[in-house]
Amino acid sequence: MAVRELPVQEVRDAVAELLRRAVTHLPPDYLVALRDAEAREASPLGRKMLRLLVENAELAQRAGVATCQDTGIPVLFVQLGQDVHLTGGALREALEDAVREAYRDLRKSVVSDPLLRQNTGDNTPPIVHYEVVPGDRVRVAALVKGFGAEMTSAVRMLPATAGETEVKQFVVEVVRQAGPNACPPVIVGVGLGSSFDGVALLAKKALLRPLGTPNPKPHLARLERELLEAVNDTGVGPQGLGGRFTALAVHVESYPTHIAALPVAVNLNCSAPRRAEVVL
Amino acid sequence: MREWRLRTPLREEDVLPLRAGDWVYLSGVVYGARDAAHQRIAEALRRGHEPPIPLRGQVIYYVGPAPAKEGWAVGPAGPTTSGRMDPFTIPLLERGLKATVGKGTRSAEVKQAMVRHRAVYLATVGGGAALLARHILRARPVAYEDLGTEAIWELEFSDFPAVVVNDVHGGDLYAEAAARYARA
Repeated sequence: MAVRELPVQEVRDAVAELLRRAVTHLPPDYLVALRDAEAREASPLGRKMLRLLVENAELAQRAGVATCQDTGIPVLFVQLGQDVHLTGGALREALEDAVREAYRDLRKSVVSDPLLRQNTGDNTPPIVHYEVVPGDRVRVAALVKGFGAEMTSAVRMLPATAGETEVKQFVVEVVRQAGPNACPPVIVGVGLGSSFDGVALLAKKALLRPLGTPNPKPHLARLERELLEAVNDTGVGPQGLGGRFTALAVHVESYPTHIAALPVAVNLNCSAPRRAEVVL
Repeated sequence: MREWRLRTPLREEDVLPLRAGDWVYLSGVVYGARDAAHQRIAEALRRGHEPPIPLRGQVIYYVGPAPAKEGWAVGPAGPTTSGRMDPFTIPLLERGLKATVGKGTRSAEVKQAMVRHRAVYLATVGGGAALLARHILRARPVAYEDLGTEAIWELEFSDFPAVVVNDVHGGDLYAEAAARYARA
């Protein structure tokens, strides 16, 4: 197969545009779920908060402003087709340029060192996950995650024999502990299997999936339904003020694992779940 | 759902009737501050210096606003997680701070101190930043400007929506509300 040449400037421009759009436009599948929750929430305070979240999303989109002041440290998932030859510079620098440009008028939320805590001033560097895949396309998916929800996320290395019951207990415990801090209604990303590092990435990747699309594996689709019910039975509710809609969705992603372990990770996404992707 | 319209600075009689679960529309000057500013205030107090903002009867909003777009007084300005400010809050309550605004749970120590010093904790819409910015008419950094978004901001609220989570009588909405809607 012929190699396709793609200037990195095209990647840069596309990713900058992707990020700009992600911060002002919440995904349509999420807005459908949010409005549905507003119509069905039993708690008056919960309903009021859901209404304000809908109004916020509409205002942000109309006015072209960020839905949340916390535009996070952007997480980029790059799938690079192995028949693509990127030209005109380094991909890493192109992605950093894209972030710099997209965040010019947004809050700068990144510090250069976790202990020294100097703001980088341009919201770089992003967190980038690379994957080489067949084909001649480049796909970039972005999650712009506030850290309220990120701070409540957790990994647990359960033993091999733990089974579904302990997985459920752990997921429910993380959501309950997070309570109002994660800005519910949340989207619950669950990773199962892999290794310590891998399971956290699975949980994050689970948040890339549009709402209303269950895991294709029947046992995991069933687990997603049961987890959603269990999480909503906590009664935490919208913004933690009590109610039936603590989460709008639970997404599970899995990977093979070691005979000793059942790793599980929970990564929560908040009520401003900014997500977008582009294929070049 | 009871509703109150309050104007800062707050007096004791403003906060006494508030109950966990009441809705509040807050107007007047409120100070915006988050992690780094709280750390500096605590350090100043420890050294015996005056805090850079008045505290008696005042309200602090846990926020780090985004830059303002043309035609807006402030950029998107939703609440950050309040619990991170817990270790710095009690000395402020001792100096007369009457309310804090944010989102998320407070420590047992801060909740007890709020009862002792007759202060309330209000939660607003986490993820409602654009909408909330519409309820802020003016915004300017007034201390620690080198901290950028983490400076102390003087904000003028106009009917800023929030719900009473912790009242001065020990009422705790987060603790009570989940139980009401939980299914075992």
